[in-house]
Parts: sequence; C-alpha cells; structure tokens
Amino acid sequence: MTREFLIAGFGGQGILFVGKLLSYIGLIDGKEVSWLPSYGPAMRGGTCNCSVCISGSPIGSPLVVNPDILIVMNTPSYDKFIGAVKKGGKAFVDSSLVDKRSENPDIECHYIPATNLAHDNEIKGMANIILLGKLIKETGLAGLETVRKAVEKSVSAGKAGLIEANMRAIEIGAAN
Amino acid sequence: MERSLMKGNEALAEAAIRAGCAHYFGYPITPQNEITAYMSKRLPKVGGVFIQAESEIGAINMVYGCAATGTRCMTSSSSPGISLKTEGISYLAGADLPCVIVNVQRGGPGLGSIQPSQADYWQATRALGHGDLRIPVFAPSTVQEMADMTGKAFDLADEYRTPVMILADGLLGQMMEPVSFPEEKAPAARGEKAWAANGHGNARPKNIVNSLYLQPEKLEQNIKERFVRYGEIEKKYADAVSDNADGADIIVAAYGSTARIARSAADMARAAGIKTGTFRPLTLYPFPEKALREACASAKKVLVTEMSMGQMVDDVKLALECKLPVEFFGRTGGFVPAPSEIFEKIKSMTEV
Repeated sequence: MTREFLIAGFGGQGILFVGKLLSYIGLIDGKEVSWLPSYGPAMRGGTCNCSVCISGSPIGSPLVVNPDILIVMNTPSYDKFIGAVKKGGKAFVDSSLVDKRSENPDIECHYIPATNLAHDNEIKGMANIILLGKLIKETGLAGLETVRKAVEKSVSAGKAGLIEANMRAIEIGAAN
Repeated sequence: MERSLMKGNEALAEAAIRAGCAHYFGYPITPQNEITAYMSKRLPKVGGVFIQAESEIGAINMVYGCAATGTRCMTSSSSPGISLKTEGISYLAGADLPCVIVNVQRGGPGLGSIQPSQADYWQATRALGHGDLRIPVFAPSTVQEMADMTGKAFDLADEYRTPVMILADGLLGQMMEPVSFPEEKAPAARGEKAWAANGHGNARPKNIVNSLYLQPEKLEQNIKERFVRYGEIEKKYADAVSDNADGADIIVAAYGSTARIARSAADMARAAGIKTGTFRPLTLYPFPEKALREACASAKKVLVTEMSMGQMVDDVKLALECKLPVEFFGRTGGFVPAPSEIFEKIKSMTEV
C-alpha cells in the first residue's frame, strides 16, 4: 500500500522540511519513499507544495494528485487542494492562517492554530512541525523514537541545536 | 548498504565523483543546479577541480581540453544549455574523446519553462551536434538509477572513447529517494590512456587530438571505423526492462520519469481487468529494439507516453516495423501526466 502525502503553503513555512521529515520516517521504517517539491519561484515567497509517498513497494508516480493526507498552511493552498483529498483521507489545517472549514463528510479535518501555538510557545517558525505532530498522533504513522531519529537526520548539522525545539513542536501538536 | 535520502541531481554528482570524475565544468541553469552546487562543494575536497565556466560553450570546451588529457570529466546542463553545447559535443565525438554530459530536461523550445519535460529525445538520440555521429544515451527513472547509470556512462565513455549522455528531467533531478552508492574508485591517473595528449618528456611519439580531416579518404575511413564501434555499442549496451508483458494485450512504453507514471497507470488498468504490461528503455541510443519486440509478443496495441508531443514514439514504430498499431499520449510544456490520464487513454484503446 502506498500512502500519499501533500504538504502545501507559502515558501518559507518549512513545507519542504516537513516533507523531508516524513520521508525520513518512512526510510527509517525500511519503506520505499519519494519526495518531490514544487520548484521555481515558490522559494521566493510564492505558493509551495511537496509530494511525499511512503510505500512497501517501489513507487510509481512521485507526484501526488489525490493525497491520503494533506497538510495546508495557507488559504490559496486550502482552496486548491482540500477537494483533492481521497475519500477517507485526513486534512491538517493551520487554522491560524486559514479560516475556512470543510463540509465534506468523506474526509476527516483537523484544525490546529499552529502558527499561534508556535508563537505562544516561543518556537516561532515551527507551525509546520506542530501540524506534523498532530498528523503523527492522528495517523499513528510512527513512534516518538522513529520521529526523533528522523528529526536528527533532517536537521542540518549547523542547526543541531534545533532538534529539541522540533521535538517540543511535535509534542505540542500531539497535545492539541 | 546504507540508504540515504538524496535529490536525483545530488546522487548523480556523488556517483560521478565515485566513478573517478575528477573535473567538472558547468554553468548554472534550473533544474540541474544541484549538480553544479554539489560538485563545487565536493570536488575540491577530493583533489578534483570545479570550474564555473563563463557560459555553457565555455564549459563544454573545457571538457574537450580535459578529456584530451585522458582524465575523467563531466558537464551538465538543462535543455537550452545543452543546445549551446552541441558544437562542442560534435568536436568531442569527432576527436574520439570520452566524457559524460548530463541533460536534466526542462520545457522548450527556446527558454521554454523550468518544469520537467522530455522534449529533447530527438536532440539526444539524433542531433547532439553536426556530422555523422551517435552519442550513447542513458535514461534513468529513479534516483538510484541517476547514480548507477552515471558510473556506467563513464565506463562506456572510456571503453569506446565517446561522449555519453545521461538524459534525465526536472522531476528526477529535483526529487529525493533513498539511494546507496558503490565503493569509490580512485580517479584514473593522468597518462594512463595511451592516446591521451599529455606531457611525456619526449619519451614517445606525440599524441594529437583533432577532428579536422581535409582529405575525404581519411575522414570517411575515420567515420566508418567509428561506426563499427557504434555497432558494438548497439550489441552490447542496448537495455530495457519490461513488467507484466507476458500475455498482455496492451504494452505501455515510456522512459525516464514518465515510465514510473506509466507503471502506476498500468497497475490501474490491470485492476480494471485490462491486460497491460510496460516497457521501459534504459538506453535511448542504442534503442533496445529486440527487447521491445519481445515485450510486445502478445500485444495487440502499443501506447507510447512521453512528456512531449511524441518523439520516442518514432523509435518504437521503427522497431516494430509497423506490425502493431502504435498510439501516443503526452503532456508537454512542463506538465507531468497523471496516472489517471494515461489510464483513460489505455481504456479508450480497448474500445473498438
């Protein structure tokens, strides 16, 4: 079975980083994974998205069109992708930035004020990881040990000081 | 072997260094910049040389000079940049110089777009420069193959003294997948190749690297000898993989990243009860004609799918000698086809 993730928001919100963390979680679990960014002007503040596939078998198309799991961090991305989530799929929405609510009964939506939570807990810029924490709790994707290993792999050597902050963001997400 | 997560571009660059590529010459262009960036960081640390040239034309001519010394070297670019390199590639072929050239394709013609494309198939397999020449072309489809085929490309280049191309695309260059690498090879020592134009203190007759033959007899002889080598490459290197081809009614042929999407579409078609197999060339020149005919043994129809208006479809038709109906589905302009689009096309082919 292939689990397809789509993460979308603005460039600079850490959309690609969440994708990388998800990919490492899959890799550490011994799965096949693929990570595909939208590239180009997104890096300069435009909308940005990232496709991640985790599977027990080799991955065909790495481009996720209909995700099982969606993370959205701005309204344009919400408008674009909420209707694409598969029946029975889950969406994780940063409700500090998106004030819309889905009325689709076929998908399970979680609204987390992630940007505000990051601000209140003095881990600014980690709204993305808070959303991931919620995702991990709701999907049972991985245990905390695996998540920690994935964080250690994903955080670049120069930013090793941020590993604990990332883990706190995961916990905050799971608790909300 | 430990698997690490890397972008296709980075995996290709690391594999080149491990294959003994000591020198890289390039000029930035999206979506292949990670190759240039990786080489600039890593090559100086392993005793190699990285040069950002003044242009793509500068870079390919630096490759010409470096390859003439018998040193493993490489350049990379994306579609418009490859067009600029074609004069140099023709000279490299004419002078029998080994090197590896990477094209991470983007949309064209002209500056086109920076999104993935496969619209340079004709250029790669037919027209990488003027003159009677062929360039072997590898077509990776995964990040692991971006690494593996780079090693193979350097070996083929040295074995037959020819430029070799890796034809990837923006999707393969930008995506990350797990990859593992072979053991590192020491770069070949300078002067190891008997033909190389190196300093030798008058210890032997001088070697000349040249592509100019003013006497037609000499040039014709030279080209004919080179075509004998192309014939050997065709026998030895043509390669492909097929899946679920036995008993299939429809074969979907695709290369590179489109082949992955075609595989997803074929899975959907089989789930819908349509006997569908896939065929994926690993080399584009030489095109694996025999393998295609074998894969199509039971097929009633063939579908070719590409990120272009249809280029490889010509080689499929040539290989099948018009014995089977060949249809085409493609997206172009930077669009990556969705598995469902290809599946719809497969479905339409079963309706009489």
